Amino acid sequence: MSDSAQIVIDRVSHLYRPPRGREVLALEDVSLRVTSREFVALLGPSGCGKSTLLYLIGGFFPTEIGSILIDGQPVGGPGPDRGIVFQHFALFPWKTVRGNILYGLERQGMERGEREKRVQDFIELVGLAGFEDSYPSQLSGGMKQRTAIARTLAIDPKILLMDEPFGALDAQTRHLMQSELLSIWQRTPKTVIFVTHDVQEAVYLADRVAVMSARPGRIKTIVDTKFDKNDPNIFKAKAFVDKVDEIWNLVRVEAIKAQETRPS
Amino acid sequence: MKSLIRYSPLLLLALAWEAASRLELVSSLALPPLTSVLAAWFDLLINGELVSNGWASLYRGGTGLLLSVIVGSTLGIFMAWWRPVNALVGPLVELFYPMPKSALIPVTVIWLGFGDGSKILLIFLGCMLPVTIGAFNGARSSDRTLVWSARSMGASRMRMLWDVVVPSALPELLSGVRTALALTFILLVSSELIVARQGLGYLIGYLGADGAYEAMFAVVLTVAFLGFAADRAYQLLMNRMLQWRE
Repeated sequence: MSDSAQIVIDRVSHLYRPPRGREVLALEDVSLRVTSREFVALLGPSGCGKSTLLYLIGGFFPTEIGSILIDGQPVGGPGPDRGIVFQHFALFPWKTVRGNILYGLERQGMERGEREKRVQDFIELVGLAGFEDSYPSQLSGGMKQRTAIARTLAIDPKILLMDEPFGALDAQTRHLMQSELLSIWQRTPKTVIFVTHDVQEAVYLADRVAVMSARPGRIKTIVDTKFDKNDPNIFKAKAFVDKVDEIWNLVRVEAIKAQETRPS
Repeated sequence: MKSLIRYSPLLLLALAWEAASRLELVSSLALPPLTSVLAAWFDLLINGELVSNGWASLYRGGTGLLLSVIVGSTLGIFMAWWRPVNALVGPLVELFYPMPKSALIPVTVIWLGFGDGSKILLIFLGCMLPVTIGAFNGARSSDRTLVWSARSMGASRMRMLWDVVVPSALPELLSGVRTALALTFILLVSSELIVARQGLGYLIGYLGADGAYEAMFAVVLTVAFLGFAADRAYQLLMNRMLQWRE
C-alpha cells in the first residue's frame, strides 16, 4: 500500500484562526494514506476537524504544518483533479441544472458539442432528465444533491471529496442516494474521501473508516469495512451490524468528549 | 382592470384637486385646476419646451446614474474581495455616505460650471455610495462553498469573481441601484432648480418665477410621473434579472 498511495497525508496539523477570539487547534498530527480508487470515510463528532481535513486536501486552506501529497505532488490551490460535493449542495442558484453541470466543462475548455452531450449523459446518469431547465430553488434536496454530484463527476476528477453530502437530506432520500452513489462509484471508480458523522453510512459506503477524535482532531483508529455492497440485506448481516456497533462505541466516547470540551 | 382599481385613489385625488380649485376652497394661484394644468401641459408639449428640457434632464440623469452604477459596483465588489481596497476606501465611504449630497451642488458648479458636467458629477457622486454599499454587502455575503466549487472546477480567481461573487452580490447591488435611481431624480431636479439654463428642474423654477403656475404644476407632475415610471420599469427589470430566486 505504501507505494501505491495516491493521497499521502503526513503529520498535518491545522490552526483555525477565527476573525475574533483565540485560535483553535483543529487538527493535530494527522497522517493517512489513501490508495487510488479507494473509498475512505472520515468519521467523527461535529467539530472534530474532519471537514477541515477535507478542505486541506481540496486546497481551500493552505497546509501550513505537515504535508499533503497527491500523486507525489504537494497540494497547491483547488483544482479540477479533486472534485468536491458539499452538504448544502453549493449549486449556483442563478444557473439551471444544465447550466450548473456545464460550468465546469466550460472552465475545462471542452468544445461545445462535446460538452452538451456530456451534460446530457450526466443528467441521465443521476436521473434528472426533464429537469434540465429548472433552477435549484425549484428542486427538492435530493435533486439538488444529484445535480451537485453530476456537476462534480462531469469534469471527471481523479479524487472525489464529499463533505457530509447526504446530511441535509431526509432519511429515505439519504438511503437512496447512498446506494446510487455506490453504484455510480462501482461504474466509474474514483478515489473518494467521504466526511460523515453517520456510522452506518460510513460502514456501508467505505472500504475503510478513519475514526477521528474531538478537539484537537486526530485519527484515532482506522477500521476496515469492506463488505459486499451489492448484498440487499447487508444492513441486517451480523458482521455488518457488529462493525457498526464496534465503531459506534469508538465514536460515542469522542462525541461525549466533544460535548464536554465545546467552548461556550 | 386590476390596476384600474388599484390606482383609483389617484382618480379620487384628481377629482378632489379639481373640485377644491373650482369651488375656490383654495386659491387657484396656489392650486390651479387640474384641467388647466393639463391644458398647460399640452401647450408645453407642442411648443417643444417639455421635450427639449426633458431630454437635457434625461441625458444628465442617465449618464450620472450609469457612471455611478459602473464605478460603484466595481468599487463595492473589490472592497469586499480585497482587504487593502477596503482599508483604503471603506472609511471614506462610511464618512461620506450620510452626507446630504445636495450640499455638493455649489461645489460641482464651481468645478464644472452651469452646464451638464456639474449635474452629471453631482448625480455620479451622490448615487455612487448606495450602489457601492449594496455591492459590498452583497459580495461579502457570497457563500464560500460556491467560491470553492467554482475554483475546484477550474475557474481562475478573476473568473470566479465574475462568475460567483458578482451574481451573489446582484440582489443587494440591484436594490442599491434602486435607491440610486430615486436619488438621481432628487439631485437632478434640485440642482437644476438652483443653477441651470436647461432641464425640467430649471423649467419648474423658471415658470414659477414667471407666475405661470399652471405650466409649473404641469412640469412638476411630469417629473413625478417620470420618477414613478422609472421605478416601475426598474422593478420589472430587477425581477427579470433575479428570476432564479424562488
